[in-house]
Amino acid sequence: MRVELQEIRKIFGDVRANDGIDLTFEPGKIYGLLGENGAGKSTLMKILSGYQPPTSGQILLDGQPISFSAPDDALNAGIGMLYQSPLDFPPLQVIENHLLAYDNRLILKLEDGSEELKAYARRFGFEIDPERYVDTLTLGERQQMELLRLLALGAELLILDEPTTGISAEQKEVLFSTMRRLAHDENKTIVLVSHKLEEVQELCDQVAVLRQGKLIGTQDIPCPTSILVRMMFGEEIPRSEQPAFEEGPVVLQINDACIHTYRLAVEHIEFEVHEGEVIGFAGLEGSGQGLLLRACAGLIPLRSGEILLDGKPVKGKRSPVFWLPYLAYAVFIVRLIWLLVELILGRIRGVQLAGGIVVALLLSGAIWLVGTIIESWTSVAPYHEFYAQGGAFVPAGRLDEGLVAGLSLTEHMILAAPEHSFMVNWNAAREEIQKRINQVNVVGRPESDVAELSGGNQQRAMIALLNAPLRLIMLEHPTRGLDVTSANHIWGLFQQRRREGTAFMFISADLDELLERSDRIAVFSGGRLIQIVRASDTSVEELGYMIGGEQV
Amino acid sequence: MNDTQLVRMLALIIAQSAPLMLAVTGETITERGGVINLSLDGSMLIAAMGGFVVAYKIDLLLQAAGISGNFFPLMAGFSTAALIGMLVALLIAWGSIRLKQDQVAIGFVLTLLLADVANFLGQDYTRLPGPRVKHLPIPLLSEIPILGPMFFNHDLLIYLTFAIVGIAWFWMFRTQPGLRMRGVGERPESAFARGIGVNRVRYLYTALGGALVGISGAAYSLDIKLGWSDNHILGIGWIALAIVIFGGWRPIRGALGTILYGITKALAQKLQTTFPQVPVVLFNSLQWLLMLGVLLLVGSSGIRRLIDYAPARLQQPLAQALRVAPPQALGTAFVDD
Amino acid sequence: MKRDNLRIIWPAVPVLLALVVITILLFVVGADPITTYSAFWTGSFATAERTFSTLAFWVPLLLCATGLLVTFTAGLWNIGVEGQMIMGAVGASWVALKVANALPNIPGLVIIPLELIIAFLAGALWAGLAAILKTRGGVHEIFGGVALNSLAIIATNYLISGPWQPPEGGTFRGTQPFPAHTLLPLHGDTLFSPLSLVLALLVLLVVMLTLKGTFWGLKLKALGKNLSSAFMMGISSEREAIIAMMLCGGLAGLAGAVRVLSWFDSLRQSISGGIGFLAILIVLLSGMRPLFTLVIALLFSALLTGGSIVQLRTQLHSSISGIIQGLLVLFMLLFGDYRKVIRKRRVVKPAPGGDA
Repeated sequence: MRVELQEIRKIFGDVRANDGIDLTFEPGKIYGLLGENGAGKSTLMKILSGYQPPTSGQILLDGQPISFSAPDDALNAGIGMLYQSPLDFPPLQVIENHLLAYDNRLILKLEDGSEELKAYARRFGFEIDPERYVDTLTLGERQQMELLRLLALGAELLILDEPTTGISAEQKEVLFSTMRRLAHDENKTIVLVSHKLEEVQELCDQVAVLRQGKLIGTQDIPCPTSILVRMMFGEEIPRSEQPAFEEGPVVLQINDACIHTYRLAVEHIEFEVHEGEVIGFAGLEGSGQGLLLRACAGLIPLRSGEILLDGKPVKGKRSPVFWLPYLAYAVFIVRLIWLLVELILGRIRGVQLAGGIVVALLLSGAIWLVGTIIESWTSVAPYHEFYAQGGAFVPAGRLDEGLVAGLSLTEHMILAAPEHSFMVNWNAAREEIQKRINQVNVVGRPESDVAELSGGNQQRAMIALLNAPLRLIMLEHPTRGLDVTSANHIWGLFQQRRREGTAFMFISADLDELLERSDRIAVFSGGRLIQIVRASDTSVEELGYMIGGEQV
Repeated sequence: MNDTQLVRMLALIIAQSAPLMLAVTGETITERGGVINLSLDGSMLIAAMGGFVVAYKIDLLLQAAGISGNFFPLMAGFSTAALIGMLVALLIAWGSIRLKQDQVAIGFVLTLLLADVANFLGQDYTRLPGPRVKHLPIPLLSEIPILGPMFFNHDLLIYLTFAIVGIAWFWMFRTQPGLRMRGVGERPESAFARGIGVNRVRYLYTALGGALVGISGAAYSLDIKLGWSDNHILGIGWIALAIVIFGGWRPIRGALGTILYGITKALAQKLQTTFPQVPVVLFNSLQWLLMLGVLLLVGSSGIRRLIDYAPARLQQPLAQALRVAPPQALGTAFVDD
Repeated sequence: MKRDNLRIIWPAVPVLLALVVITILLFVVGADPITTYSAFWTGSFATAERTFSTLAFWVPLLLCATGLLVTFTAGLWNIGVEGQMIMGAVGASWVALKVANALPNIPGLVIIPLELIIAFLAGALWAGLAAILKTRGGVHEIFGGVALNSLAIIATNYLISGPWQPPEGGTFRGTQPFPAHTLLPLHGDTLFSPLSLVLALLVLLVVMLTLKGTFWGLKLKALGKNLSSAFMMGISSEREAIIAMMLCGGLAGLAGAVRVLSWFDSLRQSISGGIGFLAILIVLLSGMRPLFTLVIALLFSALLTGGSIVQLRTQLHSSISGIIQGLLVLFMLLFGDYRKVIRKRRVVKPAPGGDA
C-alpha cells in the first residue's frame, strides 16, 4: 500500500505542530521519521493513524484520498500505530486485550483466539502467554502483544513511536529483525518514529527529518551521521561536558537491602552513593530499579537490610505512644481470660460471658481508637524523615504524585519551602517562586495553576520546587518529554548542585541519557542488580545486554 | 433444627436475598462501565414506591373492569420501576459525561432527594394491600431433594434474578460486548483508540444497571416486604453498594455476597429469638458491623502485606484471587471530543 | 452578553429551574403553590416565635456545615456527620444526666462548658473512627460514615430504652429532662439559645480564616486535591486527614449538644433530624464558600422550620422541604457552571505519549 501525505497542517492554538508536510511511504520499505522532542513527529503520526484529524491537508492511500474520524478507521484501512506507551488494558489478560474490539462476533473465542495468537507470535519470533495479565508484562512484551494485534487485524503500514525506549537489547533485536522481515518479505511499510540517529541508521532505508513542525528533507540510508544531525538541529549542538567526579564522603549507604512485593523480589542490594555523585539506574520497566529508588526514599518498606542517609537509617519516627493500640489488645485479652475463668468457676453464665465480651470489646475498642489516633499524629513516615534530612524525590507522574492540579505555583512554593510559619506569607512565596521560575525557565507565572502548564513546564516546575541545599535528589525519568535544549539546561542546573555536594540518583529508559549524565550506572534485570559500571567504561550495546540479564 | 427446617430456612434466605442480588448485579454492571451510581439508597426507594403505586392503581382499574389476575399490574409496576431506575442512573451518567460534574456528589444528593420524593409522592399509598408476585414452583425441578426447595420453589422474579446474575457473568467475561464494556471501565482512551464509543457504552450500561436497580426496588414492595410505607427500605442501597465492593465487581461473587449477608441476618434473627435477654440493639447493629468488617477485609492493606509473606509460588495466584481492584477509570469522565 | 456578566447572573438559572420543577410538582399533587410558598414564609419568619425557631435550627446547621467546609477542603466525604452529631448529643447528655446527678452542686457555668467539651470530644472520636477506618483499613469514608451513622442511632435507641430510661418506665421517646441548670440559656420562652449562635458564628469565622490564610489550611487544600502529591511534598496525609475529620466531628458534636441542650431538654430518639445530611447539601450548594454557607444555612433552616406549617396548612408530606433543598442542590451541581453547560468549541484531546 502506497501512502501519501499532502500538505498536512496541524495547529494547536498558536503552535504549528505540523506545517505543510508532504511525504510518501512506499510498500516494502522501512522509513525513519527523525526529529527531536517537540519537532512534530508524534502529531504527524497521530494524524496518519486517525487519532487526530489534521487542520488541513489530505492523506492518499494508493492514490485515493481518505479521511479518518477515529483510529479504528485508519486500522481498517490498513494503518496501525504502536504507541510509545501501548494503548492496551493492563488489568485484563493478554488474550482479552487481543480480542477486545477484534471482531463483531458475540461470543468470545478465547480458546481459538489463544491458539491463533500463539501461532502468530511464533511466526514473528515473539513469545507470549495469552493467559497472563497485561500488567505483569514488561514494556517490550506489551509492545509485541500490540504489534501482533495490529498485524492480525491486517495492518499494512505500521507506525512505531519510539519503540526502543525502555526495552532490552534482545527485545530490540527481535523487534528489528521482525520489522525487516515484515518490510522486505511481506511487503509491508514500516515507519519508525525516533530521535535516535543510531537506530534509524541501523534499521531504515530512508529517513525524513522534521524540525519545528516542518519537513526539512528526506535522506537515503546509509549516509554520514553528520548530515542527519545537521538536518535535525540545524547545527551541531555541543553536548555539555560532564565534570569529572571526585569521590567524597558517603551520602547514602545501602546495606544488604531486600524488597519484596508479590510481583517482584529485589534481593541483597549493596552499594554507596557519594557526595556529588550521579548514579543512573538502568533496566526494563519493573526490573527493580524503581522499587529500590522508592525504598531509598522511604516510600516502600524494606523487607530486610538497611538504608542509611548520612549514617542515619531512613526509618521514620515511631510514635512515643506506639504501645497504646497494643494496650487495647492487652486489655481485651486480659478481660477475656478473666471472663473465661469466671465462667469455668461457674460464677457467670454463657449469656453474661457474651455480654462481658461485648463490653470488653467496646472498652478496648475505645482505647485502641484513641491510641491509634494519637499514634498517627505523633509518628513520622519514613519518607518525611528522608525529606526532612535533605532528600528529595521527583516522581515521573507529574500530576499524579509530583504536583497538585488546581494549586498555583506560589502555593506549591509555600508547601515545598523548608520553613513554615503559621500564617502564610504570600508575598515572600511569590517572590521566591518568581526567582526560581526565571532560573529554571518555566513558562508560567506564580499564580498559574500547574494543571495549565504544558508537560515540559510541569517537569521544569518540579525541578524549580527543589530546595537548596539538598543532600540527595532522586529522579524518575527527569527529562522525559523535554527537548534537548531543556534537558541540557536542567542537567546544567544539576551540575551546579553537584559542586555543592548534592548526590543524584535517577532512573531513565534512555540509555544515551544514562551514559551521558551518570558517573556510575547500576543495571537491573528481573529484580537483580546485575552490575554497577562506570559510565565512561561502557556503551549503549553493553548496557542493552546487561538490561537483558547478561553480565558483561 | 432438622434438615427440612434448615432447607426451608436457606430457601427463605435465598428468596429474601434475591432483590438485593438484583441491585448488586445492576450496580456491578454500571460500575464496570466506569460510572458510579451512588444514589442506590434513594433510587431503590423511589422505584419501590413508583412500582407499587402503578401496580396498585392498575390492579384497581382492572378489578373495576372485572378482570382478575395480577399479571398486568405487576408487569406495569416492574416496568415503571425499571424505567425510574434507568432515568436516575442516566441522570448521573449525563451529569458526569456531558456536564463534567462529580458523580459522587450528584449521586449523594439524589440519594437524599429521591427518598424525600418517594415519601412525598407515596404518602397516599402507605400501608395498602397491593398485588404480589405469585409463588411458582418449577415442576419436576422443585421435587429434587434439598436443591429443589432451595432453588426451584420460588416465584418468577427470583428465577429471573438467578438468570440475570448468570447472564451478567457470561456477558462480562465471555462475550465481545461485555469485554468492550470492561475495557471502557478500565482504560477508556485505549477503548477509544479501538473505535469504541466510550460514552455511548457508558450510557448503555448505566441505564441497564439502573433498570435492574429499579426492578430490585420494586421487588421490595411487590414481592417481599409487601406494600409501601415511609422510608420503606432505607439503608438497603448502601448495603448493596458495599457488597459490590466486597464482590470485587464480579456478578457471581457479588451474588454470593448477598446470600452471605442474608445468612448473617437470618442467623442474627435466630439468635435473637434464642437469647431474648441479649439487647436487640446488638442484632440491629450486626449488619452495619458486618458491612464495616467486609470492607475492612477487602480494603485493608494488611491483607496485601500478608500476601507478601505467603510462599513465593502462591503470591501471584493469591493476589489475583483476592484482587478487588475497582475498574481503573471508575468515576472519571472521558473526554473524547 | 459579556462572559463576566453571564458568570454573575448564571447561578440564577439553576435556582429558577428548581423553583419551576417544584411548582410543577406542587400542581401535580394538587397543592396550590402560592399557599405553599406563603406557608413556608409564615412558618419560618412571619412571627417572632417562628423566627427564633428558624434561628434555633440555623445554629446546628451552621456548626455542621462549618465542619464540613474543613473536610470537603481536605477532599473527604464526611457522610458520618449525622452520626457524629448524635454522638455529641450523647456525650452532652451523659454530662447533663450523670455528672450533674453525681455532683449536683456544680454550677451551670462549669457544667455547660463541660457538656460542650465532652460533646466535641465524642463527635471528634466518632469521626476519628471513620478516619482511621479510611486511612488504616481502606474503608471509604462514605461507607464508614453510613455504617457509623446507623450505629450511632442504634446506640441512642439503646441508651433511651435501656440504661438511660426514665425512672417512670420505658418509652422510646427519650430520657428524662435534664436539670435546668445544665441547659443552655434560652432567649425568653423560645427554644433558641443566643449563646450558641454566637459560638457558631465565631467558629465559622475562625475556620474561614484558617482555611484561607494558614499553612494548615493550604495543606488541607493540597491534600484534598491530590493525596499522593501532597504526601510527596512533605504533608503527612494521614495526620491531616484525621485532624480534619475530627475537627468536623467535634463541631458536629457541638451541634448535637446544642440540639439536646436547647431545642430538646433530653436525649431523644431522632436527635439529628437529618441536620447532618442537610449540612452536606448546604456546603455543596455553597461551592465551599464560607459566606455563602452562612446564608444558605439560614435559608435551609427556614425551609426546615417552615415545613411543619406547610404540612399543617396544605396536608403535604413533610418531605416537601427536603425536596426543595435537594432540587436546589441537584440543579446547582448539574448546571451551576455555565462553562460546562454551554458547550465550548470542540477541543482535540491531546493523545497520550509525550507532549509533542
